[in-house]
Amino acid sequence: MSTVEAPLYPIAVLIDELKNDDIQLRLNSIRRLSTIARALGEDRTRSELIPFLSENNDDDDEVLLAMAEELGVFVPYVGGVEHAHVLLTPLETLCTVEETCVRDKAVESLCKIGSQMRENDLIERFTPLVKRLAAGEWFTARVSACGLFHIAYPSAPETLKTELRSIYGQLCQDDMPMVRRSAASNLWKFAGTVESAHLKADIMQMFEDLTQDDQDTVRLLAVEGCAALGKLLEPQDCAARILPVIVNFSQDKSWRVRYMVANQLYELCEALGPEPIRTDLLPAYVRLLRDNEAEVRIAAAGKVTKFCQILSPELAIQHILPCVKELSLDSSQHVRAALASVVMGMAPVLGKDATIEQLLPIFLSLLKDEFPDVRLNIISKLDQVNQVIGIDLLSQSLLPAIVELAEDRHWRVRLAIIEYIPLLANQLGVGFFDDKLGGLCMQWLQDKVYSIRDAAAKNLKHLAEEFGPDWAMQHIIPQVLEIANDSHYLHRMTLLRAISLLGPVMGSEITCSKLLPVVVNASKDRVPNIKFNVAKVLQSLISVVDQSVVEKTIRPCLVELSEDPDVDVRYFAVQGLQSIDQVTMSS
Amino acid sequence: MHGGDEVVAALAGPPQPLDWKFSQVFGERTAGEEVQEVDIISAIEFDKTGDHLATGDRGGRVVLFERTDTKDHGVSRRDMERMDYLISRHPEFRYKTEFQSHEPEFDYLKSLEIEEKINKIRWCQTANSALFLLSTNDKTIKFWKVQEKKVKKISDMNLDPSKAVGNGSIASSSNSSSPKPCLANGSSLDGSYNNLSHDFSFPPGGLPSLHLPVVTSQETNLVARCRRVYGHAHDYHINSISNNSDGETFISADDLRINLWNLEISNQSFNIVDVKPANMEDLTEVITSAEFHPTHCNMLAYSSSKGSIRLIDLRQSALCDSHAKLFEEPEAPGSRSFFTEIIASISDIKFAKDGRYILSRDYMTLKLWDINMDSGPVATFQVHEYLRPKLCDLYENDSIFDKFECCLSGDGLRVATGSYSNLFRVFGCAPGSTEATTLEASKNPMRRQVQTPSRPSRPLSSITRVVRRGTETPGVDANGNSFDFTTKLLHLAWHPTENSIACAAANSLYMYYA
Repeated sequence: MSTVEAPLYPIAVLIDELKNDDIQLRLNSIRRLSTIARALGEDRTRSELIPFLSENNDDDDEVLLAMAEELGVFVPYVGGVEHAHVLLTPLETLCTVEETCVRDKAVESLCKIGSQMRENDLIERFTPLVKRLAAGEWFTARVSACGLFHIAYPSAPETLKTELRSIYGQLCQDDMPMVRRSAASNLWKFAGTVESAHLKADIMQMFEDLTQDDQDTVRLLAVEGCAALGKLLEPQDCAARILPVIVNFSQDKSWRVRYMVANQLYELCEALGPEPIRTDLLPAYVRLLRDNEAEVRIAAAGKVTKFCQILSPELAIQHILPCVKELSLDSSQHVRAALASVVMGMAPVLGKDATIEQLLPIFLSLLKDEFPDVRLNIISKLDQVNQVIGIDLLSQSLLPAIVELAEDRHWRVRLAIIEYIPLLANQLGVGFFDDKLGGLCMQWLQDKVYSIRDAAAKNLKHLAEEFGPDWAMQHIIPQVLEIANDSHYLHRMTLLRAISLLGPVMGSEITCSKLLPVVVNASKDRVPNIKFNVAKVLQSLISVVDQSVVEKTIRPCLVELSEDPDVDVRYFAVQGLQSIDQVTMSS
Repeated sequence: MHGGDEVVAALAGPPQPLDWKFSQVFGERTAGEEVQEVDIISAIEFDKTGDHLATGDRGGRVVLFERTDTKDHGVSRRDMERMDYLISRHPEFRYKTEFQSHEPEFDYLKSLEIEEKINKIRWCQTANSALFLLSTNDKTIKFWKVQEKKVKKISDMNLDPSKAVGNGSIASSSNSSSPKPCLANGSSLDGSYNNLSHDFSFPPGGLPSLHLPVVTSQETNLVARCRRVYGHAHDYHINSISNNSDGETFISADDLRINLWNLEISNQSFNIVDVKPANMEDLTEVITSAEFHPTHCNMLAYSSSKGSIRLIDLRQSALCDSHAKLFEEPEAPGSRSFFTEIIASISDIKFAKDGRYILSRDYMTLKLWDINMDSGPVATFQVHEYLRPKLCDLYENDSIFDKFECCLSGDGLRVATGSYSNLFRVFGCAPGSTEATTLEASKNPMRRQVQTPSRPSRPLSSITRVVRRGTETPGVDANGNSFDFTTKLLHLAWHPTENSIACAAANSLYMYYA
């Protein structure tokens, strides 16, 4: 035990707590590693702290994770780039631990450091580390190795490059599926650094091996990298080497592989020219749209618009549209929902005529779908159709759909449609809204479910913002204020909520003349919950109305409430009075 | 010439019956000692290498054993082989560690008690020196990591440990009691750290008075940590868990559903089989056991209470309600009784190591199925035929619902399962084998084997591979050994590479070798 000068005390605590029994304190210290390093100085950080951390490899995973992260930005603390290699030792150990997230973080940090290291250090220090990990006894080391090749490769001399490629090839055929998965998911990164001649030979061979793996999970990851790999190749090579694989995969016996293809196909199109898209990818995509597994159709349906955007309108109408029609009648509600969420986007691609003729019936049938999510998805994208065909053609079918959703027995569905009401109001215009939807908005204020009543109040605020105070004065305020006489205290509470939201939008004058009297009146309610909510609303209105009104109306009301027998009412009334005083003081 | 023929036949014929010997017992009961309910073993599992064995009990504990006969002499193994020492070697285990895996819980929403009893244990891929396993009770699966950790003895601290309370809590105490000037300007210690790192400039050579703590002791001890909890996914009781060969996923099965999990993700699982009918009154069949194929990542088998085994292909569709293959034995005409369905219920299935055969256990028999032949089992071994006249009594005392496990040897040549009176039976399943041994889980396993079972005539098995054997050990009852239905041997496991069986008799773990 030695004594430490007083100013160093907190640093000394930090250092000691690197080995505290409490994991929270160890974590704390590790997060402050840079402070410790600065206190020790660069030399001692290299000679003492880093070896100390290298020893500390059996700590809890949370601590190791934090350590892996800190070490990634530690280059300045060990004396800059020329000493960066000392960080490799602790990170190498962290690359072999059992916990995946720690290894991933260590690999990430190693990549960060490696990309700053001098070429010579990379060859002499970094590459041997990669080779050691790749030859590791446990799969954990080999899994980590796969993510480091793209850093080591570019600066390596020719013979070493050949060796690295052959090591990677072995990793692609490792006994453990975990290693092959890592090799598959990192292949495109490595491929990006490999010279084009070797890319076409070695890397493509590895790719082909991985695409024929027994384990579905390996093949899945191989598909995932397809698009990235394809972009590295010349379009004709991509068409020759990647395209057949993808077309094969689109008919794989595992639905999960096909699902992945459905998700990736669009990306791959970007790497290929228009011709292979038309001859090969389009038929493959159409097959996926008609796949017998619903999950695959969901993925494919979700990409329908993106895919149409890269096709010519004729091809889209000829090949994709028939599938879209089928999908709109699919037996799986999730497929229909996925379609509904994107199908509106096809309108601009197809143009007005085709949209009215072909897409409109599909929209309409989806709007009448028995599954609420499908209808909601259509309604949420209404603006896209509006741009192409205008709302008139839709409005007739739209209204029944909205009304039905508004009365759906699942409150989450009602909530979702309320949230779209401002969008609808904007698209449909005042006239349509007044006639058809105004009543619904009032009805929601008295819903059984609190979240709906709350959302309804917020909705009124949005509408008032959308259509202006004059409109609100005519169409919202009178109906809302009527609720003051409702016999149900929860409905009267909703009124107060609505007033607190509408006040700022409506402005001082209307608030004083219409809203405030109702609130003051409510302060005489027999239910204490109403009364303390009155106190809260009054507090929120202080900033809306003039100082004189505050003194004349709000303060007396709050004073009265502050003498209420109920403790909560008194509490909020006093809070309200305090904020009046604060406003007065500041002004 | 004649004799010569016989020799050839013997060489090519089935392997000789094994001569089982007692090896070890853990938790042996002394005479008259009462068994505590919580100590009763409820799960046994060898890991893939056979170097470790895990047991779970009704008290929610998991006990790990490690093999000693290879590990200790690992370095000089080659020498030993040269010395021909290996011949007398058989797997021996020693206690490694134990931990409390599950605790009793109460589900307040459903007003249900959740027992802590371990239903199944499965080993996962070992990494570094750490062991990983999954354990489950009725509702919750847990992922455990068992690892050696250094025992820390810290010396050479910067501060007197009695004063250094901790960097979270020290702020207030030091503010009030100690006159540290640096803390005076920051109300919390965090604030003063920030001051340090931003305002305080460290001298370029660092501060020589500070030094890192030194760890002195290099002793280690084993620590089990629960890494993940996979919960809230089963409405019914979990009966099986099984790892996939991809090393990434596993399944858990309850009475009506099978869920697929990723080992790394504990907050979501995918339902892959759901046999729950829309109306529970239409329920006729429940899932009793499920297992992944040992090498094909996309295949799994599950058994049902009606005595069928379904093989499903995860590649076919996301929800595998339609099976790829159904294995069922057609009911013999005229044999139907009240008990037919109850005794047909399969209590356990296991894939053979090569993945071609599936072993199933129902109340009366062990059946071996070839996954390429769905017309019926390739072999049936009678285990409890002598109980047929007593089914009524067994039904009355609920013994008929006992769930016996089964296991296959690593070479796939033999199968084993438990029975009553702490007996277990081993059958040879190689073509032509007539091996059928009854052993008792005690230090003298052959005590009960008064009579070798009657052998069926040989030609039968040469006509067809479908053999019925071990029909009866008729003398047992007559021998005066009345069967004791309270001492049942439900759980047993075969070592993956050697002829060694671990089995549980109440709270005792018996190990045998041959």
